[in-house]
Amino acid sequence: MQGTPWSRLIATIALFGLTATAATGQELPVEHAVLVAPPSVPPAITRTEPAKVIVDVEVKEYTARLADGVEYVFWGFGGTVPGPFIRVREGDQVEFHLKNHPDNKLPHNIDLHAVTGPGGGAASSFTAPGHSSTFSFQVLNPGVYVYHCATAPVGMHIANGMYGLIQVVPKEGLPPVDREYYVMQGEFYTEGRYGDEGLQPFALEKALAENPDYVVFNGSVGALVGDNSIRADVGEVVRLYVGNGGPNLVSSFHVIGEIFDTVWAEGGSQMNRNVQTTLVPAGGATVVEFKVEVPGTLILVDHSIFRTFNKGSLGMLAVSGDEQPAIYSGKQDDSVYLPEGQVTLTASTPDPPAALTKAERMLQGERIYNQTCFACHQANGQGIPAVFPPLVQSDYLIADIDRAISGVIYGQQGEMMVNGQKYNGLMTPQTLKDAEIANVMTFVLNSWGNTGDTITPDRVARVRKNGPLDNAFQQ
Amino acid sequence: MLIGAGGADPAGAEPGAPPPGMVRVDAGTYTPMFDVEGAQEIPAFYLDERPVTNREYLEFVTAVPEWRRSRVPPLFADEGYLAGWVSDLEPGGAPNAPVVTVSWFASRAYCEWVGKRLPTLAEWERTAVASETEPDGRELPAFHQRILDWYGQPTPSTLAEVKSTFRNYWGAWDMHGLVWEWVADFNTALVTGESRGDAGLDRGLFCGSGSVGAADFRDYAAFMRYAFRSSLQGRYTVRNLGFRGARDVVPEEQGGK
Repeated sequence: MQGTPWSRLIATIALFGLTATAATGQELPVEHAVLVAPPSVPPAITRTEPAKVIVDVEVKEYTARLADGVEYVFWGFGGTVPGPFIRVREGDQVEFHLKNHPDNKLPHNIDLHAVTGPGGGAASSFTAPGHSSTFSFQVLNPGVYVYHCATAPVGMHIANGMYGLIQVVPKEGLPPVDREYYVMQGEFYTEGRYGDEGLQPFALEKALAENPDYVVFNGSVGALVGDNSIRADVGEVVRLYVGNGGPNLVSSFHVIGEIFDTVWAEGGSQMNRNVQTTLVPAGGATVVEFKVEVPGTLILVDHSIFRTFNKGSLGMLAVSGDEQPAIYSGKQDDSVYLPEGQVTLTASTPDPPAALTKAERMLQGERIYNQTCFACHQANGQGIPAVFPPLVQSDYLIADIDRAISGVIYGQQGEMMVNGQKYNGLMTPQTLKDAEIANVMTFVLNSWGNTGDTITPDRVARVRKNGPLDNAFQQ
Repeated sequence: MLIGAGGADPAGAEPGAPPPGMVRVDAGTYTPMFDVEGAQEIPAFYLDERPVTNREYLEFVTAVPEWRRSRVPPLFADEGYLAGWVSDLEPGGAPNAPVVTVSWFASRAYCEWVGKRLPTLAEWERTAVASETEPDGRELPAFHQRILDWYGQPTPSTLAEVKSTFRNYWGAWDMHGLVWEWVADFNTALVTGESRGDAGLDRGLFCGSGSVGAADFRDYAAFMRYAFRSSLQGRYTVRNLGFRGARDVVPEEQGGK
């Protein structure tokens, strides 16, 4: 050894000086920001004077469900996608602590669009795994702003879920509403196609081509449906904070069955009234408010609509309360309409390998159900009264299984009675292979309390050969 | 086994052959991700065929007590230094797993102790762009995807042993897929030494400027390595950050294979 090693090293230290943390503290009351997971938002701010607000956010790289049977390694602020909703008041001094979990592989940082300053805090918050950074800023402009990771390669950090919203409440406060929720769209690029099972890695080429496999609200397919639906009561005013992390797509945000009474255009201070669909740019946000007048399920969608029915951008707002027939009557009359001409629908390509057991058919059938049937017939086969007929304990279904199989193959329309309720809807033919139909029918006939047979691909093939029934879908 | 423990000159067994446990990387060029000056000439050099292991690092701290966990000054290693070790002389991981949670200072001291040095960023990157069969595999989409897949995987609770990933064109193992590695000049990508350099952080790696300044904006794997390195300081330790040693090839050996 050549003496103590320290003397040789001291000279090098100057190159690696510790980053000084700038703090511009006035004498302000100090409080810790309340951070809650989406779709909830923190409680309203009631104070009328500025404060110093301490925000603690930990970055985690974690494996979680992207869709049924599909996992993904998310990178998330606070361990959720989107990250926690941060709420501060105009004029507040924010002291931000960004913690990068020691098990993480990568450095991360945060660029908050609510920050006035270079990089929105990106350079000041740049943090190696197992370390934390602190920086401070004053929030000067009220509004709703996106935050995101800005570490190279930025697109990949955002594509893996590193985004969220920060609200700067104006000094004069906000009009009170009955319900507030937090919804954020983002798209995911996976090596496999939509629905391909297993842990799906990020696919760089698809991201560069801006061609995602998944477009979702709140980080996964179905994050806001079924038991996870957001809810309200008839007569209440709902305020949705709607962000879009991107990384690439612009959202055409729409709520099926509602009109936005008010839209804070682009999340700013301009109020727009009576809007059907509002654009939410990547890296942008908006706020929509509406009074829910009638009971039922309102559907949140990206009205770039193939994303909704094929890539996952569908959420639900369940509204309970008494019917309001003066506002919405429900179906009042139906009659047969049969134009000339009938299309012949042919099924295609070879079937996938047959499932071997009933349990396997059930498993595969459930996935198909959740991709194909779920949006109308709902998570537990309950349907939507008077709109989409139920599949659970359905007398119509049980009475004639082959008729139901034919309905899947050739579509179905016209009046039907299900459990005493009249329906007159329309189901388009489903482009599923015989084995897939056998599996999904087996799943339906043996789920949610239904008990029935195993449907085989041979039986589906026989029904297909018989051709469309009178009630088949017609163009 | 390590060569030249205690700082002796570790000459190779036969002239021109790499020292034991090292591979020779021929002279060539390397274009940094963020350098307006373009390609650099890199003389031939020797590089450890795999990262330094826990067993080897134990020999080091056994022989050089200043670098034991209980004695290292905070100036040279943060509180995470060898945090997974049971005690000063008992590694926490498998003997043949790569040593991690070592600072840049510690890595450099180890290399000096065995008569080596840390590779430069250019040397490391030149070696790392090799696939199994090509000195530069970057044109192969599968090459990038494999690296990105590793970056996208959760960190395992226990690290695999060295030589568990793949051996590249130069004979070097584990350049991707096992641990990050220190290089001698890990943060020079952002320290430019000129007045413009004050804005180097923005210019180099954040937001839009990250792609404007890049030599190859599609090389996301390199982006991630540069970003990782620039998040570090010399005293930092990270749970999946190790290192390997390098040596110059003396001039009379520079001629090529």
